[in-house]
Amino acid sequence: MSSAAKQNPGAVALRCTGLHRSLGQGEGRVHVLKGVTFEARRGEVCAIVGPSGCGKSTLLYLLGLLDQPDDGQIEINGALMSNSDDLARTRARGEHIGFVFQFHFLMLEFTALENVMMPMRKLGRLAPEAMQARAHALLDSVGLGSKTHRLGTQLSGGEQQRVAVARALANQPAILLADEPTGNLDGKNSGLVFDLLTHLAKEQGQAVVLVTHNPEIAQRCDFTRPMRDGVFV
Amino acid sequence: MSPNLRIAYRFLTAKKRAMFMSLACTILGVGLFIVTQATTSGFEKFFTKTILGINGAIRIEDRIQDTMTSMAAAGSADFYIVNREGVKYIEGVEEPQRLAEAVREFPNVRAVSAVVRGNVQITTSFKTEDAQVFGIKLEDHVRVSDLEEQITAGDLETFRSATGGALVGRVLADRLQLAVGDSFSVAARGQSRALKVSAIFETGYREVDKANVYVLLPEARSLLRRPTGATFLQVSLHDPTRAPRDAARMKQILRHDAKPWQEREKTWLDVFRALRISTMITVSVFTLIASLAMFNTLAMIVLEKTKDIAILRSMGYERKDITQVFLWQAGIVLGIGAALGALFGYVVTWMVEQVPLSITGIFKTDHFIVVRDVNHYLAAIATAVVMVMVASLIPARRAARLEPGDIVRGTAQ
Repeated sequence: MSSAAKQNPGAVALRCTGLHRSLGQGEGRVHVLKGVTFEARRGEVCAIVGPSGCGKSTLLYLLGLLDQPDDGQIEINGALMSNSDDLARTRARGEHIGFVFQFHFLMLEFTALENVMMPMRKLGRLAPEAMQARAHALLDSVGLGSKTHRLGTQLSGGEQQRVAVARALANQPAILLADEPTGNLDGKNSGLVFDLLTHLAKEQGQAVVLVTHNPEIAQRCDFTRPMRDGVFV
Repeated sequence: MSPNLRIAYRFLTAKKRAMFMSLACTILGVGLFIVTQATTSGFEKFFTKTILGINGAIRIEDRIQDTMTSMAAAGSADFYIVNREGVKYIEGVEEPQRLAEAVREFPNVRAVSAVVRGNVQITTSFKTEDAQVFGIKLEDHVRVSDLEEQITAGDLETFRSATGGALVGRVLADRLQLAVGDSFSVAARGQSRALKVSAIFETGYREVDKANVYVLLPEARSLLRRPTGATFLQVSLHDPTRAPRDAARMKQILRHDAKPWQEREKTWLDVFRALRISTMITVSVFTLIASLAMFNTLAMIVLEKTKDIAILRSMGYERKDITQVFLWQAGIVLGIGAALGALFGYVVTWMVEQVPLSITGIFKTDHFIVVRDVNHYLAAIATAVVMVMVASLIPARRAARLEPGDIVRGTAQ
């Protein structure tokens, strides 16, 4: 568990206030987010639910600093990031945020172990041996300890998503953001990946925000925030 | 291995066919650049060696005399009239001994030889030919020329010891059907005398081989009726490339016209330079193709790896990391391409050197002449580096500009 997470269970890891975001160009430009305010605390799992096109993923990318809001503020661990430059947002992503995407997005030319080590190598917080040991431990914890040296192409969809979960946790981020993490998996694998995500995140005291269409998954989260037409309802 | 280099290597090896095309073009570009420079420079250097071996690095002749219009004002005044008609050239060197001593004071000068030259007619029982006789002091002249190496029949010892001996150019000897030991008649200024062929020389420079006859200086003075003075001083230098600068200083200090070999042979040297530049331009096309192939490969990889770029950016990889990942790919191809290209160039240069090729005229050779110069290798690699890296910058910067949010949303352009 990261020391920050252990010291401040229940502390606000992520907060956004009055977020606005429009997408598209010219006449096709759509006001997707209309003043969204939200916060996520360490050790809690929050599900954002709502119909397609309501702005869930757009909000998630803003919270993950992958995109910039037109208006409003985003704080990560108390630091205002919404107006920061690309370099600061990139560094904040590497240090504080882990992502799990719907289509697992593994780098297929690399082994499972290398995929998990990738964020650690960039952050450079650990020695190479320690990185390898942590990657092995994470892959063990998602049940892939015996497949660490398999390439992404040699893993099933469920296995790839489990590697993606391990990779998202690699740098012990304060915030874990997951965009439909089970959307591409069958029922059995969905449950497995969700359990892993929530179990590991809670164990390490991370704030988990996930976007899902799956009501069963949403019900199992600590709380649910339904969205419609760019606002929480 | 740095994370960016590791990623670059994997991206590159995932596109094997495109990578091999870029690599092949780089190898060809670097290799052929080296081969063409080795051959064109080879002939140029051989020509330079030939003419230095015949005429030396600098030739000093004709005393310069200022006339009234170009004389400087006396004292420390800056007044000086420059007028082309203000200089008069007085033919020949009046006091060769004193001038040679002054020339030897120049630090770059290796040796000096005073030469008396005159036009003669040579007659054998076979035919008569016009020629030029050169009176030399053998000990001095072998130090300013390659005369010893140019002897193809007979020897210099006979020439040195026997009176009435002559060194005859190969072409002239063939035309007059002269062999070592044969006698011939030489006529100049209304007198004629018999000389004997001590040796036959061949420089490879046809104009020299068909006209030049060397005799000892006293013989030439007597034949040409020139008891004192010299036609010119032939000077060899430790560093012949400095000849223009040395010649200019000699001209200024000694007040004699001094011509460096670069000026004397300007026409041929310009031809070689033009040839070298034109082949360099032609061969650079291969390197240009290599850079286009690299551009194409990287542009394809950027298109195919947008999701990977998004993943890397989401994990904290900065824009400069993405740029580096793509520049590393170009760097890997360049590194391997340059090494293999240099090896390819070396091997092909060796093979070209073995090609039989008979050339006479401005030099004589029976095979391709090449020069192995590390500067050719460096120039070839530098050209490839500049072209490929410039071409790689465009896709690399494009990759770095991609917004991760746009990619995961599927709206990246």
